[in-house]
Parts: sequence; C-alpha cells; structure tokens
Amino acid sequence: MNLLLRRLVWMPPLLLVISLLAFCLVRLAPGGPFDRERKPASPEIERALQERYHLDEPWWRQYLRFLGGLARGDLGASLKYRSHTVTDIIRQGLPASLAIGGGAFLLALGLGVPAGFYSAVRRGRWEDFGVSFLILLAVCIPAFVVGPLLAMVFAVRLGWLPVGLWGSPLHAVLPVVSLGLYFAGRIARLTREGMFETAQQDFIRTARAKGLPETAVLVRHALPLALLPVASYSGPMLADLLTGSFVVENLFQIPGIGVFMVNSSLNRDYTMVVGLVLLYAGLLLGLNLLVDLLYGWLDPRTRHG
Amino acid sequence: MKAFGRVQDVLLDAFSFCRRIGGAPAAPGIVLVLLTGCFRTPPPADLRIINGPEPESLDPHQITGQADGRIALALFEGLTRYDPRTGQPVPGLAARWEVSTDGTVYTFHLRPEAAWSDGRPITTADVVWSWQRALAPATANEYAGALFPLRNARAFALGELDDFTRVGVRAVDARELQVELESPTPFFLDLLAYSPCTVVPRHVIEPIGDRWLHARPFAASGPYTLEFWRLNDRVRLRRNAFYWDAANVRCEVVDLLSCVSPNTALNLYESGAVDVVWDKELIPTHLLDELRRRADFHTYNFLGTYFIRCNVTKAPFNDPRVRRALALAVDKERLVRRITRGGERIAACLSPPGIMNGSVPYRPPAGLDHDPEAARRLLAEAGFPGGQGFPVVEYTYNTAPSHRNIALELRDMWQRELGLRLELRQLEWKTWLAAQSALDYDLIRSSWIGDYDDPNTFLDLFLSDNPNNRTGWRNGRYDALLREANAEPDAARRQERLAAAEHLLVAEALPVIPLYFYVGMACFDDARVHGIHLNLRGENPLWAIGKEAAPAPP
Repeated sequence: MNLLLRRLVWMPPLLLVISLLAFCLVRLAPGGPFDRERKPASPEIERALQERYHLDEPWWRQYLRFLGGLARGDLGASLKYRSHTVTDIIRQGLPASLAIGGGAFLLALGLGVPAGFYSAVRRGRWEDFGVSFLILLAVCIPAFVVGPLLAMVFAVRLGWLPVGLWGSPLHAVLPVVSLGLYFAGRIARLTREGMFETAQQDFIRTARAKGLPETAVLVRHALPLALLPVASYSGPMLADLLTGSFVVENLFQIPGIGVFMVNSSLNRDYTMVVGLVLLYAGLLLGLNLLVDLLYGWLDPRTRHG
Repeated sequence: MKAFGRVQDVLLDAFSFCRRIGGAPAAPGIVLVLLTGCFRTPPPADLRIINGPEPESLDPHQITGQADGRIALALFEGLTRYDPRTGQPVPGLAARWEVSTDGTVYTFHLRPEAAWSDGRPITTADVVWSWQRALAPATANEYAGALFPLRNARAFALGELDDFTRVGVRAVDARELQVELESPTPFFLDLLAYSPCTVVPRHVIEPIGDRWLHARPFAASGPYTLEFWRLNDRVRLRRNAFYWDAANVRCEVVDLLSCVSPNTALNLYESGAVDVVWDKELIPTHLLDELRRRADFHTYNFLGTYFIRCNVTKAPFNDPRVRRALALAVDKERLVRRITRGGERIAACLSPPGIMNGSVPYRPPAGLDHDPEAARRLLAEAGFPGGQGFPVVEYTYNTAPSHRNIALELRDMWQRELGLRLELRQLEWKTWLAAQSALDYDLIRSSWIGDYDDPNTFLDLFLSDNPNNRTGWRNGRYDALLREANAEPDAARRQERLAAAEHLLVAEALPVIPLYFYVGMACFDDARVHGIHLNLRGENPLWAIGKEAAPAPP
C-alpha cells in the first residue's frame, strides 16, 4: 500500500518533467508550425500568427502558460488544426483508438496465451513446431504487410468486411486483427518461455510429487507464474495499443489519435505533441502501476517481498 | 471416459484460474459494450468524395491547402464563384457589376435574395466586414494577399494604416458595393471567387470568436452548410436551403472524406464505398500505367509547375551561364516518361499551358530546350570545361519517392552530360522548407500551384521583395517589367510585358529550372457522377456535382 501511495505521489512530478522535455525537444527541431511552401503575404502576418499563439514569448513563459492551461484541463489550441483544441482532438480520436487498441489487446491475450501454453506443453513435438512457426510469422510480418493483405482478401476480393473508414463494429475487425497479430505472437513467445522456466521450479516438482494430475499442475500452478512476464509486458503494450497505431489507422482510414502521434511532430504542432506525450506517459505510468498490482495477485511471493 | 474426465478437469482448472485473476471473464463482455459505444453510424450521404488530407481549418480566412479550400468554397461564397466547366469567375453573391473604363473601380450589385443558411439576409455590410476581417493583422490570414489589389489594403494588412474606411471598399447601400483598386488587375474577379475573399458571418463570429465553426445553427453563405465535422473521418455538408441558387444544388448530403493513403483510397473507391477520388496525391503511382487505361480514370492539365530553385548567392550558381547549362542538360522528356508517368507536359517556362491573361489566353516564351552540346559549351565558358573544377553539387529534396527518383535521374544526366558530381540530400518537409527559406542549399526541388488563373500567380514569386522568392535572385528589370504588366489595362501590351519578364526568368537568368507541368488526376465514373469538368484550376464546385442512383443489383 505504501508502495502504491509512493508511486502515485511521484506520478505528477514525473509527468511534469516529461511534458517539459517534450515541450523543449519539439521546439528544437528546425522549422515551425506555420512554415509552408507559400509564405504569408507579409512578415506582419507571420508575426501576428506567432503572437496569436504566444510563440513570440520566451519559452519558459510559454511553458508557464501551458501549465496554467493544464491546471484548467486545457491543453491549448492545435497549431495545425486551427479550428480545434488539443483536448478536442484527443476526445474525438481516442474512442476509435481505444476500440481498436482494446480489441487488439484482447486478441493478443486470447490468442497468444493459449498458443504459447499449448506449444510449451507439447514441447519438442510437431505441434510445438507448427505453433512456433505461426508465432514466428506473426512476430515477423509487420502490420503494414498484414493489413493490406487482409484488406485485399477479406474486403476487396471477398467483400465480407469494409475496406476502411469507421462506423460500425465490422469496421474494427480488420484493423484489430492487423494490429493484434504481432502482439499475439509476442505474448505467445513470452508465455511459452515462461512455462519452460516455471516447469523447472521446485514447487512444480512438489506438486507433481503430491500426485496432482498433470493438467492441474500446469494450469493451476505453472501458468500463473509463467504469465508474470506477460503481465509486465502487458502494461506498456496496452499503453501502446490504446494510443493508436499510425500504420493501422492510416491503412484503414480510422479516425483515431495514432496518426496525430506521428504527424504532430512532423507538423511541428507544438501543443499537440505535448498533449499527446502527456497522454501516452500518463497511460504508461498508470498501466505499469496496474501491472505491479497484478504481480501481487499472480505471484504470492511478491506479496511479502 | 477417462479422457472426458481430463477435459472436465482442465475446464474446471481454467475457470478457477480465471476466478483467481479477478473478474477477467466479465472483462470481454464489458469491453464489448464499451466498444459499441465507440461507433456512431451516420446515415449514408448522397455523394461521397475522398477529398485529401484532413482539413486544417474550414475558416476561409485561415485555410491554406487546396483540399480545405474545396470544402470552404462549398460553405462560403464570394461576390463571384467559379464556373464548373471553365473555372472562370461568374456571378456569385453579386448578380452583376460594372467596371470603370480604366479598370480600377468596380460597382457590385448584390443579389437581393442572398441569405445566410440561418435565414438572415447577406448585405454589403457583411462583405465589407468580411474583407476587413480577412485583412486585419489579428486574423493572421496567411492568404490576405488575395485582397491586396484593393486600394490601401496592403498598408492595412501591414498595420501601417488603422482606419479601414480608407481601404478601397465601401457599401453604398445594402445592395451596392463600390470597390477601388490600386491598379487595373485583370484577375481581380477571379480572386473574388477565392476563399480568402469569401463572405463570412459577422453575427456568429463576433459573439463566439475562435470556435465559431462549431456553433449551430451554422451560418453559411455558400451552397452547402456544415452538418458535422469529424476529425480524420469526414466533413458532412447539407444543401443550404437559403442559398440563392439552391434549386441547382444537385445533392442534398455530401461527405468529404479525409484520407492520406493512396492504396486505401483506391480500395475504398473500388469497393464502392466512395464515388470520387480527386486528390492526385491519392493515386498510387505504381498503378498509373494500368489506371490510365481505364475509362473512370481522368487526367487533366493543372495550374502547377515542378521546378528546381538555384541558390544564386552561392558560387558557382551565381553565374547565369552555369544555371543555363544545368537547365539545357536536363532531358525532361525522360523524367515525365519514366517517373511521373501521368501524361505530364515538360516545362521550359513557369506558366502552365492554358493560363489566361484576362479574357485571352497567355502565350508564354519558349524557354530553353534540351541541348547538352550547348550546355557543355556554356559550362566551359563559365570556366568548368568538362565539369573540371566544379564543386560537388548538393541537390536537396523533401521525402517522397517521386522526388527521390527525379533526383537520381538528374544526378545521372548532369554527371553524364556535364561531368558534375551530385550529392543528394533528403529532408523531411519542415526541415526542407527551413533550408529553402534560409538559402541553405545549392539546388532544391520546388513546385508551385497557382492561386488564380493568371501568369502573375507564378511570376510574382520572383520579385525581389517576395518572401516566396527563396533563391536570392533580385533583378530590377524583372521587377519593373512585371509591375508595368500589372498596371497595363490593354491585354496585348500586358502579354508583351509578361512574356518579356518570363523570358528573362526562364531563358536568361534562370534562378529556377522548370521541369514539368503538373496534371491533375481523379477517379470517378462519369456515367454515374455528373458535373465534374476537370478545369485547369482543379476547382470543381460541389453544387454542380450530381449522382445517379446506383443501378439495382440484378
């Protein structure tokens, strides 16, 4: 409990440091948000633009201004999408990213854990090789290959699913699969290796010596411990998935925030970058904390440690 | 029986395991319920168009991109609007106008039936206020220059003049508007159809401020009104019942979808999810040869030019002979045949074919042909026979496969013909822009899309004081020729001055090396979608576009 409290207390200052870093780093990149191929009709207009978004002030004052906004829950106006605020954009884009990321997370766990478990149990047999090969495929083939392939087969050729856009649960199927397969492969490998390691532990031998049926030994005693690496990987994985995927959102034209994650820094959309970095960092810290709590449930030894 | 017992064991174990790790079995159910909350399915639109990247804004006094402009022009109209066939200006909110004989005073008569989509009448006071807003430094309208032909407008935009009544626009009464120009501007009516000059609702913007586009009821002056705007998804427009020409607006609901991936755009089009793809950037180049054989694929001449800027402040590029040699050695035909492959026409000047000088077509100068022999001679004259002693040239381009391929071809040509060594420098967009502005380059890939149908939109770039010049080239004779041309009310004499200026630019001084003229590309089946005429401007007014219902499946 003490640990939990300490971590919670540390979170805000950590987030502040992260936001300051993002704030400064994105301003170090050459060019600015209003640089275009065509310059404004006069330097006055350029100046007015800078002034409007307070970019003419010293950086520390801009940062204080940002902190003031943050305290009111306002992340400022996007410098690229000038009719929207950063909060607006996140609020509009997050649901789609959450839906696809959450779906991919469930797919990764639902496919990865059983596959890894099965292949570990069948270690050295042809079933193991078969499953391991599929796992390897899932890990090796990136989403920008899987996605178009799936779209070609299931959307263009067979016409079972929409090619892209957003509007119904059907629209989520292909993006979820394209995004989830890689993570399913990672999870399967972690589960498999975790099972191998756990199988050699003394308490497993004890369980077997007690005469427990093999399945009970594996499922009840070995699997929870074997899932520890999966749990610790799940935190950052979920943070990654929930904040959207640039590739998958572009491939299927999903109105999520993954595209903004990459484009905002390319566009030098300063406010947007800082807002998204904060969102990602907050999710990451929160989920890591959850993972640590989950550890306690999965592994009795850490509870007293 | 034993096997069955084991299965049961496993199931029981699995269940107890799930219980141990908390409410996990319920989680998928909860997530599913949450997921369905993430979907909102709007009813289908009558016409669905893939328009290009997500609009940065729809405020016509803030936008800069062409994709954004297409939507903004459906929402807001100026005194003129584009003719869907020719792209030329025709009466919009103004029913008619008179022009003084010297071409500097316009009297516009607003349509008495002109009204906002919330039912309020549009008056000349709205026009004056809109132009004041478009010019005011506080609006930070990057395209305020479109109104600079107005008397004193530039001074007002620069903050040198505070009193807007001294700017050349005056409401005579609620219907009559008098406009005074600095000099006769043959393309003035064209500019009035352009988004920076459109009329926006004071009665919404003043009380609401920055977020006025999100206010409802939406006050549009154009053929459509904004139903909703979902970021990175679509802008949905609905016919404006109060539009003066509402009877000729052919679709009730139009979706303009955002998309940046060419493959996705084509997939959406092929699967029938959209009716039109009209952004050239969304045509997959690797499929061009196949697409060009199809009846529903269209290419058309477009008001844009691809060229190379030379940094004339840096030796040896400060020598016009060197720049001419570089231009003469390029086999442009090869570039359009092997790389762009969209049927582009090669360019020896900046003004694209078909561009107008007022009401008559402009005839550009011939420029330089492909002549490696002459190129070698010129280079030798400049002191680099066979390329000897010539420093390694750095060619800068922004990240994109086609720019890279062109760079590779250029490297090859200049090496083979002139014995020059070229190093390629690829920069990400904003860094490339910064390098261009700071003259941190030798040769840099560039392009320009015209704002209006007149050579001036290309030629004024290279005036000494234009911030878009970005070559370091300053030429008093060029500036004078162009200024004279723009003060000239007679079309024939203007043609002469313009062509002389352009000749100086592309045949003598060459701060820029033109490579080719852009073509526009679009996918739509003209048996089903009507009213897209693919003019030089690439302006296809949405009101004119209609669709026949899809034939019933057999």
